[in-house]
Order: sequence, then C-alpha cells, then structure tokens
Amino acid sequence: MSKWEPKIMAFLCNWCSYGAADLAGVGRLQYSPGIKVIRLPCSGGMNPKYILQAFRHGMDGVWVSGCHPGDCHYLSGNMYARRRFVMFRDLVEYVGLEPGRLHFSWISAAEAGKFQETARKVVAAVKTLGPAKRLVKDIQGEII
Amino acid sequence: MKALIEQIRDRAAELLSSGRVDCVIGYKQGTVPMQEQPFFAHTPEDARQLTWSVFCTQNLANFLINRPGKNAVLAKGCVSRSIVGLIKENQIDRDDVYILGIHSPGMVGASKVQERFPGKVLHQVTLEGGELVVQGLDFTEKVPFDEVRRDNCITCTHRNATLYDEFIGEKGEETGGGDIDKVAAPWDALNPDERWESFNQTFQDCIRCYACRNACPLCYCDTCFVDEHNPQWCGKGQQQTDIQTFHLLRAFHCAGRCVDCGACESACPMGIRMRLLTSRLELNVREKYQYSPGLDMESVPPLSYYRQDDPEINSD
Repeated sequence: MSKWEPKIMAFLCNWCSYGAADLAGVGRLQYSPGIKVIRLPCSGGMNPKYILQAFRHGMDGVWVSGCHPGDCHYLSGNMYARRRFVMFRDLVEYVGLEPGRLHFSWISAAEAGKFQETARKVVAAVKTLGPAKRLVKDIQGEII
Repeated sequence: MKALIEQIRDRAAELLSSGRVDCVIGYKQGTVPMQEQPFFAHTPEDARQLTWSVFCTQNLANFLINRPGKNAVLAKGCVSRSIVGLIKENQIDRDDVYILGIHSPGMVGASKVQERFPGKVLHQVTLEGGELVVQGLDFTEKVPFDEVRRDNCITCTHRNATLYDEFIGEKGEETGGGDIDKVAAPWDALNPDERWESFNQTFQDCIRCYACRNACPLCYCDTCFVDEHNPQWCGKGQQQTDIQTFHLLRAFHCAGRCVDCGACESACPMGIRMRLLTSRLELNVREKYQYSPGLDMESVPPLSYYRQDDPEINSD
C-alpha cells in the first residue's frame, strides 16, 4: 500500500492563478500531483456549492485562488468572492469542518513561485488532517 | 388584543370596499392549536375572519412574491423587514403593496409548549393575561407566556414594523429582551469535533420536507439547488451528507438577508433549530460588514457589495 497523498480540488481563476500554474509547469517547479485543477472564468464565479460538491465526492481539501484585490480582469469579481468566501469558510468551520481543509489565496499570473509555495502549504495542511471524513458522501464508483 | 383584531378587520374591510387593494393578506384562526393560518381576504365579508394573536408565526411577505394585483399585508416587525428586503431584490413592487404595520407581541413556539406536555394532545391553547391556558382531553394547565416565546422573538430587535403605510394599534417595545449577539453563536466555544457532533445532532432528524425553505420569504428561486440534476448538488434522501449540504447551502443563501423571522423553525415538523446557522451568519455580517437586513430602503445587501478595505481572508 502506497503512502496516502491528499486529493486537493483547486479552483483557479483563468486570468491569474491558472496562468501561474501554467508558468510553474513551464518552469518545472515541483508540487504535489494530488492537486486537481478546475479552471474558472473568475474567482467571483465561485459558488459555495462547488466546494461542498468537491468534499461530497471525496476530495480531502479545496483550494480557491484568484487575482489580487484590485487586479480582477472583470474589475470586481474577486472582491465579491472575498466576501462570499469569508462568510462561507466561517460557516463550514462553525459546523465543524476542520480548519485547514479549505484554502484561499491571491496569486497573479506572474507568481509561479508563490503558486508552488502555496500548493505545498495547502498539501501539507491537508496532509496533517488526514483523509476527509466530514461532508463526504461515499459514492461508489462515481469519480469527478 | 380584541380591540386590535377589530381594528384590523375594520381597516381591511375599508381597504377592500374602497377598491384600494384587491386582497388583504393576514391570518385567520388555524385548524390546529397554536398555529394561525395565512388568510387572503378578497371581500369586506372575508375580512371578518381576520385575526391576530400570539400564534401568527408565518411570514406573510412570502405570499407577496409574484402575486398579481394590489395587496395589503399585515406586517409585524420581521415581516416588514422581509418586505424591505424583497423590494430591494426587485421581487415586490413597492407601489403594489400596502403595508399594515403592527407591533408584535412575540409569538409562541408551538414545539416549546408541546415539550411541556410530552405524549399529550393539546386541544386548545389560548392567551389569558400573561399566561397560556393549555387544554387537553383531561387537563387544563397554565404556562407563562414569556417562557414559551420563540427564540427569535426573545432576541428580536424590531418588533414594530420598520416600513408601513399605516400602523394599526400603538407602537410598543422594540426589543424582545434577549441579546442576539450573545446567543447567535453557541458553538463558537467548542472545538471542531464537538462542533461537528452538535451539528450532526441538530440536523439528524431532518426529513427533507423543505418546509423551512417554503416558509422562507428569501427562498424564491425558480429552481432550487436541491431540485437541480446534472450536476446534482445534493441527494434527495436522508443520508447525513445530503441533509447537511442542504442546510448549509440553504443557510448560506440567506446570508446577509435573513431577518430572523423564525418562520423556518416554526414550520419545521421535526423541531430542528436551523436558526443556529442563519443567526451565526447574520452575526458575522453585522461584525464584518456592519449590516442588518430590512431596516432601510437605501443600503445595499452585503454580499452584493464590496469595499476595498473589507476584512482580508486570513491566510493560513
């Protein structure tokens, strides 16, 4: 049996963090292969149900990343995302989801190094928590 | 209370006979004790059936959404706040609604009364003085009204209607006596495992009847997320995660909009306290964005708005 590696669902904004992930790839920067990326048009398009859906399907952690405040391609999407995310993370942690499962970051398209660093931090945080047990629905054979 | 009921009936009859409104939405005596039912008076004769008591738990703002014609509505504090929210969200046209403001005496939590008489059927419950007289097959007992008020009525901050065209009766005390900020987040003191345990216990009895959703004036989406397929966000059954997903998302959809009217808890057949989630969210909104919903017509709902200096997401 191989050593357990956490599965992380990363929702990355098309205009910044996704570009940073691309740049990290081009630069051969190493990070955990457990990070599965879904590209969003904007972090403002992030819906809390996506996060719950990721946990429901057995992801061990969720990481949402968007443009730095003020740098949104659509001017203000990430500002709404910030309010929404602050409220949502408080809610799920209030009902007992372990702090450290849900992450948020601001990474611009030029910050490949920060992307790698944050990816490692997210994986390390989820790793110490172990496999997700909460908000998981055991759906046999259903894989994202 | 009797004089107030007469006043409501008279004003409703006048509004209907003058043709000012097509319908007056109020309460009439329910068929089961401790639950008055919503009533739509279309003629002055109908208006004689209107009533007002400490059992008017439903939020009438719910019935104004997509309702044709001009309607008058009997609005206690929380109902008027819901109406303000719905006007802001463009669900109600202000010109089409005539608001009869009223002071709420605080409503009775039916489950709180029933808990005192386990296994017994209550035939009649009436308010006399400051006490509820509870009658069953072979007993008559008195229960102090203050002890069986709903949780949200105890911590109410606006018992008088905030927006109205005319006020029925006298304005009264604004607050219910409790402090919502102190009781809004009871799980904050617990560690994540204990929180999870409390969360599970609170919601495990949910039968997914969606009474809370249907009673809520904020839930007006054409297709609710629980009814969506492909992708399906939330299973239909009583599996633990499905129940929790439903309640988390339902609460989150009310963030920054919930006026704490308590209609959800009053509608729940299983006595689930879903306000534990919404009141926590509202506390958060008040602390972070200094906003309370339904108090004025100008301010923008907090999640439809942002500021450059909003609280930053604390990095891990």
